[in-house]
Amino acid sequence: MAKGDRGARLRDRRTAGPPPAEPGAPLGDDLVQLLTPEGERIDRVTGPDGVEYSVDFSDSEYRGLYRDLVVVRRLDAESTALQRQGELGIWASLLGQEAAQVGSGRALRPQDMAFPTYREHGVLYCRGIDPIMPLGLFRGVDQGAWDPVEHKFNMYTIVIGAQTLHATGYAMGIAMDGKVGNSDDPADGEAVIAYFGDGATSQGDVNEAFIWSSVYHAPIVFFCQNNQYAISEPIERQTRIPLYRRAAGFGFPGVRVDGNDVLATYAVTRHALDNARHGQGPTMIEAHTYRMGAHTTTDDPTRYRGISEVEAWQAKDPIARVRAFLAKQQIADAGFFTEVDEQATAEAMSLRERVLAMPDPEPVTLFDHVFVDETPQIRQQRARFVEYQASFEGSGH
Amino acid sequence: MAAKTMTMVKALNAGLRRALEADAKVVIMGEDVGKLGGVFRVTDGLQKDFGENRVLDTPLAESGIVGTAIGLAIRGYRPVCEIQFDGFVYPAYDQIVSQVAKMHYRSQGKLRLPIVIRIPFGGGIGAVEHHSESPEAYFAHTAGLKVVACADPAEAYVMVQQAIACDDPVIFFEPKRRYQEKGEVDLDASLDGARPLFASRVLRQGTDATVLAYGPMVRTALEAAAAAAEDGRSLEIIDLRTLSPLDLGPAYESVKRTGRCVVVHEAPGTIGLGAELAARITEECFYSLEAPVLRVTGYDTPYPTARVEEEFLPDLDRVLDGVDRTFGW
Repeated sequence: MAKGDRGARLRDRRTAGPPPAEPGAPLGDDLVQLLTPEGERIDRVTGPDGVEYSVDFSDSEYRGLYRDLVVVRRLDAESTALQRQGELGIWASLLGQEAAQVGSGRALRPQDMAFPTYREHGVLYCRGIDPIMPLGLFRGVDQGAWDPVEHKFNMYTIVIGAQTLHATGYAMGIAMDGKVGNSDDPADGEAVIAYFGDGATSQGDVNEAFIWSSVYHAPIVFFCQNNQYAISEPIERQTRIPLYRRAAGFGFPGVRVDGNDVLATYAVTRHALDNARHGQGPTMIEAHTYRMGAHTTTDDPTRYRGISEVEAWQAKDPIARVRAFLAKQQIADAGFFTEVDEQATAEAMSLRERVLAMPDPEPVTLFDHVFVDETPQIRQQRARFVEYQASFEGSGH
Repeated sequence: MAAKTMTMVKALNAGLRRALEADAKVVIMGEDVGKLGGVFRVTDGLQKDFGENRVLDTPLAESGIVGTAIGLAIRGYRPVCEIQFDGFVYPAYDQIVSQVAKMHYRSQGKLRLPIVIRIPFGGGIGAVEHHSESPEAYFAHTAGLKVVACADPAEAYVMVQQAIACDDPVIFFEPKRRYQEKGEVDLDASLDGARPLFASRVLRQGTDATVLAYGPMVRTALEAAAAAAEDGRSLEIIDLRTLSPLDLGPAYESVKRTGRCVVVHEAPGTIGLGAELAARITEECFYSLEAPVLRVTGYDTPYPTARVEEEFLPDLDRVLDGVDRTFGW
């Protein structure tokens, strides 16, 4: 190792000790996939959990998933551009994870509740929330202004893994409300999906959520987007076994799905959610995917990963394979692809216009909603603040 | 009036029972709160009467208790969490400070978290380490939390019900060394007519100096006042009850009359609640003060071993010493 070869030293340290038990090992039979990177459709596949997975979509449903994927990616690209132009403080791009988010997001039934991290812009879109909402947070004009109860999509959570416990508690509430396991009707019964990443699996809260949901048999799906990196740290720093296998130790099934395959992700998530609502308890899904971009716009991934690795994942792009499939099967023609691109561009332009027009909040609103029942201290501080601000009026400040 | 003499443990138990009866959304959760009835028996018999869906024996992880309580609250429940001992609250600290305290604010009022976190606190019971701490300043310092401490059985009975009825998260400190002390409790007391939860009370009127205390130190302060009276010195005792928000109107009024003020708490003095109290009283009562506001507190050490804890804890004599110092200034 040459002096100053920092990368080699890091690799050495990473591989010191007994070899890892294959967390990032080549994926074989344990990966549920229904659409290959080349766009070949696999009719049905048996997962590591012994379940046979398939989807039965109409042509228009296939086209709808493609449309979601393209729009979500385009909105994300616009958001990254807005950050680069100084309109957002920071942006956490979902580039590369569109299929994991659209597949799982569309698998939710209307009555299901989602608990996101801060990168689930695609799931948010699928929940019917105006995609400008997360931009308010990253622009700094609010902290996420959607109604979590109305849209069944909770606030973004930035503290890693904390939301998995909230999701578990909510799922316990569903069971207490008697809204689980009453019939086989998918419209009956509610379930929860908790999103988190590979890094979060090292958090105590996530492990506590696994334990709680297991012992209370809560109707919850733990959806882990293993995008291979926790900022700079590769998956080998979080685990020595494939993440989905951890579920067995907690007493519920785990399944690994190709997270770049929207069809498989949909099938696996829907199955797990329906199991949960029907009283079968939790499931952990590891969606095997890749964060194509930086952790956030403040990050520089060239410091910790090579271009060949990124290129290898580029070949597994979640959108290209759906497009290839649609074209090959003549489910969509060139006109459709053009129209989707135009829609995506139009939504992106609308997003841009509306972000630029987002007003800053009135400073005095920083005192609002500290409590339901406001305290005299807050009232007094607000009053002093208003008085102080007023003291500048007409003084040239 | 069904006034009964009972311990603080029994009074808390009766208050929790009444809250469970009053609102089907109230759930109690914690370690050993079900079958065992809690290590202090505060929840004794509640699981038997209300079922395992209302009184939950949880896995042994404090962050999990508070984190899942948040989810239950979003679902519409009113969770009452028991943290077994003060020194065990820290694993839940992140969920309390980063999530419980901020979610209403972040959601611009769309989410409410009516969660009560009960914490037996303070020393004086001869316990091993981590069982005698006074962490109230950490929570009182955190915007978005309300923090109270009860001092006697009658107060505990009413205050715990008020805390559960409160739509904001409340950290509810119970002075464990006073758990077995008895007092008169009016079990029919209506919450409507009760003193508000976020109000202090003047417990003993006096003219020479004002003593501010809360939780376990209220009784100590009262005993000090009785002793001082024998020496011809008249102390006014105020039980703060609410540590956040502070209700200092009665304290200001008192100090403006007495001109002297001593703050008492078990927690270490530096950056403790007493510092905030001293600052505020100095601001409001500056021209009435004959001496600086003095603090009688635990020392800036980790909580000591049981055999020397009585030296660490403020007691009657140290409170009187503090009062003497304000007169000698």
